[in-house]
Amino acid sequence: MANVTIDGIKVSVPDGSTILQAAQVAGVRVPTLCYHPDQAVKANCRVCVCEVEGQRLLQAACSQPVYDGMVVKTHSPKVVEARKTILELILAHHPQDCLSCIRNQNCELQALAEEYAIRENPFEKMVRGLPKDTSTPSIVRDPDKCVLCRRCVYACSVFQSVNALGLENRGNHAMVVPSLGKDLLDSPCVMCGQCIHACPVGAITENEQIDEFLAAVADPDKVVVTQIAPAIRVAIGEEVGMKTGEMPMEVFVAGLRQLGFDYVLHTNFTADLTILEEGNELLKRLKEGGKLPMFTSCSPGWINFCETFYPDLLDNLSTCKSPQQMFGALVKTYWAEKMGIDPAKIYSVSIMPCTAKKFEASRPEMKDSGFRDVDLVLTTREVGRLFRMAGIDFSKLAPSKFDSWMGAYTGAAVIFGATGGVMEAALRTVYEVVTGKTLEDLNFTFARGMEGIKEAEIDLDGTKVKVAIGHGLANARKLMDQVRAGQSPYHFIEIMACPGGCIGGGGQPLTKANVKRAERIDAIYVEDEGLPLRKSHENPEVKVLYEEFLHEPLGHKSHELLHTHYTPKNKKFL
Amino acid sequence: MAEEMRVVLRNYGKIDPLKIDDYINAGGYKSLEKARSMSQMDVINEVKKSGLRGRGGAGFNCGQKWTFAYQAQADQKYVICNADEGEPGTYKDRIIMENDPHSVLEGMAICGYAIGATKGYIYCRGEYPYVVDILNTAIAQAKEKGVLGNFDVEVRMGAGAYVCGEETALIESIEGHRGEPRYKPPFPPVIGLWGKPTIVNNVETFANIAVILEKGADWYAGLGAPSYPGTKVLTLTGDVVNKTFVEVPTNTTIRQVIYEFGGGIAGGKAFKAVQIGGTSGGFIPASLLDTQIDFDSMAAIGATLGSGAVLVMDETRDIVDVVERIAKFFEHESCGKCAPCREGTMRMHKLMSKVNQGKGTAQDVALMDKLGRVMSVACLCGLGQAAPSPVLTTIKHFKADYDAKLQ
Ligand SMILES: Cc1cc2nc3c(=O)[nH]c(=O)nc-3n(C[C@H](O)[C@H](O)[C@H](O)COP(=O)(O)O)c2cc1C
Ligand code: SF4
Ligand code: SF4
Ligand code: SF4
Ligand code: SF4
Ligand code: FES
Repeated sequence: MANVTIDGIKVSVPDGSTILQAAQVAGVRVPTLCYHPDQAVKANCRVCVCEVEGQRLLQAACSQPVYDGMVVKTHSPKVVEARKTILELILAHHPQDCLSCIRNQNCELQALAEEYAIRENPFEKMVRGLPKDTSTPSIVRDPDKCVLCRRCVYACSVFQSVNALGLENRGNHAMVVPSLGKDLLDSPCVMCGQCIHACPVGAITENEQIDEFLAAVADPDKVVVTQIAPAIRVAIGEEVGMKTGEMPMEVFVAGLRQLGFDYVLHTNFTADLTILEEGNELLKRLKEGGKLPMFTSCSPGWINFCETFYPDLLDNLSTCKSPQQMFGALVKTYWAEKMGIDPAKIYSVSIMPCTAKKFEASRPEMKDSGFRDVDLVLTTREVGRLFRMAGIDFSKLAPSKFDSWMGAYTGAAVIFGATGGVMEAALRTVYEVVTGKTLEDLNFTFARGMEGIKEAEIDLDGTKVKVAIGHGLANARKLMDQVRAGQSPYHFIEIMACPGGCIGGGGQPLTKANVKRAERIDAIYVEDEGLPLRKSHENPEVKVLYEEFLHEPLGHKSHELLHTHYTPKNKKFL
Repeated sequence: MAEEMRVVLRNYGKIDPLKIDDYINAGGYKSLEKARSMSQMDVINEVKKSGLRGRGGAGFNCGQKWTFAYQAQADQKYVICNADEGEPGTYKDRIIMENDPHSVLEGMAICGYAIGATKGYIYCRGEYPYVVDILNTAIAQAKEKGVLGNFDVEVRMGAGAYVCGEETALIESIEGHRGEPRYKPPFPPVIGLWGKPTIVNNVETFANIAVILEKGADWYAGLGAPSYPGTKVLTLTGDVVNKTFVEVPTNTTIRQVIYEFGGGIAGGKAFKAVQIGGTSGGFIPASLLDTQIDFDSMAAIGATLGSGAVLVMDETRDIVDVVERIAKFFEHESCGKCAPCREGTMRMHKLMSKVNQGKGTAQDVALMDKLGRVMSVACLCGLGQAAPSPVLTTIKHFKADYDAKLQ
């Protein structure tokens, strides 16, 4: 332990702690900009510099380890002068168009400017004037706003092992640029949006499509239908001043009706459906000697990753569409027919935790209903903005139920939102289908939590199935390299592109730290526990769907509407 | 009359640098042999006791640095000779390597023995390809003779960026990354090249090692200034009569360097200023010429010894114009990693141009002063920390030159 004095407050902290950590213990908040709690220290913004007694140089609190007897001043006049000057330098080279910026009131730089009372900037304002990158349907980069903290580069290369972002030029011309391509579309980017969470400012954002939604609800000829992904409910409250998991499902539904949706349905319905299709596909592959291990296919960032980096393993991917796209194909066929609505009038909006879903919905093959299956994808953050725009007081809103035929769901669908959830949901069903027995304990706890790679061997009444779960694409890469090398011991592998699974998706409320992801995961399992039905094959509306429309899993209609194929990206750099 | 003292350049002009036997006949590689008969810690203690401090600019006690690397536990350690010599006007490392490459190799091998490293790199400035040839010849001959034992040395060509002379940027560059400094601590002797304990020393530092072991720490500690003993190789440029290099004891004064070794100001003009230590060195006015060149005396007047470059300016030099050019140099050489240097060097250049063009105000000068002070304490590496010192020292000592250009 080291005894350290921070602004006159004496604390004892473990050896090797940084000044930043010691200050936290002392109850002093030292401002940061390049610091990220789950990333390696960068120490490049210098906003956190502090005065250490006996040293001429100021030291970066995020990188400087403490020593016994260290005396630190975190806000001395010398420190404040330095910090203010550094902020002035950064701001003078920044557009400062906060009013029209997507990060207005949720921006680390803006917050620092407020904290340090930056008023008259002595440095003349200059903006680089670099063009925005709008090449993908998912992610928008605005390099003029970049403060070069490099947190996105770290997220993309270390968490995701994609390396789509890199640095170019030196000195004042240094820029973060898409690597190996002229823009993001041309780069290996898989559109997962993890760089958005990493970015302290508005330099990387989702492709916001709020205006398209407003135009759709304003059009009297459109029947605007929505589906909500499993990971949304636990997080949406964070956008409107509630705690994680606090928003009740039926209040959320009521809020969506206030926004002008004509029908509110649930992606959970097609998550349950996915289990029946994918579970049966796995059993078929096991029985008939199909390609193994089989990989889950519900995470479009992961699909992009597989198509980009592992085109040789595309046959291992389940042919099941993601729940979003299954929903899209069914809502304009089965549901339209059942409701007596002209499918041409249906405008299908999905609410997703995911930026890659925006891309997925735009894939040319996703038109099996005869129309574009999903017309618009809004992220959780965009819906949060719409809620704030509508001025809804959720504490006063009367609950409302989902609409029929594609709104029912089980706990198995709810847990799709967390890493390991698809695996657990599949095992709940596969076990009962294979053994014909009722599962005593529904909780496959090995599958839960933030551990990067989880694995288990499941005994299905004598048939042993080895499974693995990876989340975050760097972990996916480890599992895939094993498969490619012919050394994978597994039969079934679940991959979600984002750390923590969809609850940490690129479209979720900004999530700097993994502790927030863990909190959302906890909320997901609380919801699962509380539901009367927790196995996908018990979903009553899914049963009706099979009876009246699909007839059987993997049947003719399923193949037409619910399954897809994959295409190698053949990017020139690979 | 002050006299040169050739310790580092002991073999200059006396041996053929391409012949290892010349070096050996002059007593070369005896110190390495001697070191190997001593314990590692005894070697380090001898270097420590000599008081030798780094000649690359930072002036850190050499033996102390070696102790850290010796104490660090690792399966591999490295010795790197910093021969990047990117300072404009500096060529003292080149003189040493060209004329006595084995003195550097011997120093590195002694360091390798002392800290437990079997691999060394010489990171040589890209603009010195002929020096690389000389070094490679020397390494080949030393290998053939077997004098280096199990110590292997390899020459790496620098990437051309000034910042790559900074030890951690140099390490990144050898590792094949962008040449950008790392934050410190951890320092290279603990976590360096490929994460292993690494000693980075300057060419001149290594060239001192063999003599120290040969003649003893006490002898060395008695040379020059007690707090920074030994000699320093200086390169004289600018408006001096003798544009040359000299090796002098560290208690020599700036005045002696300019007037006795440099022969005074050329063309009979009057002295205006001298900048010592390279582009980032402080500007020194006539009133401070009796300062000794040792590290601490220079620091006390807000200047540096740095690499030992001595740039003399006569009365006709436009100080503000000179400093504007320096500001431009640093804007260009900033690696761009940290905010105060990336943005600050650019702003400093802009403000200096404005003032130099006669468009500046007193507020601009005050802003440069504040910006310079902030950069000097807040930047990530020595480049950004030292970049403002020409501005700061000229505002301090040559304020009238600025005032004359204000609106
Ligand atoms: C921008 C910058 C450039 C530097 N260039 C050199 C150089 O060319 N040669 C050198 O020996 N040290 C250079 N240094 C100093 C090194 O970082 C390091 O302190 C030195 O190599 C250590 O060796 P020494 O202890 O023997 O002086 C530079 C430092 C900075 C900040
Ligand atoms: S990134 Fe932040 S500081 Fe910059 S314009 Fe947007 S809100 Fe303002
Ligand atoms: S969206 Fe994902 S893959 Fe693309 S740049 Fe961002 S982190 Fe990298
Ligand atoms: S885009 Fe954002 S995260 Fe990336 S370096 Fe710029 S400011 Fe940092
Ligand atoms: S001070 Fe300058 S050169 Fe050094 S790390 Fe910062 S930007 Fe790079
Ligand atoms: S937060 Fe410490 S330097 Fe950026």
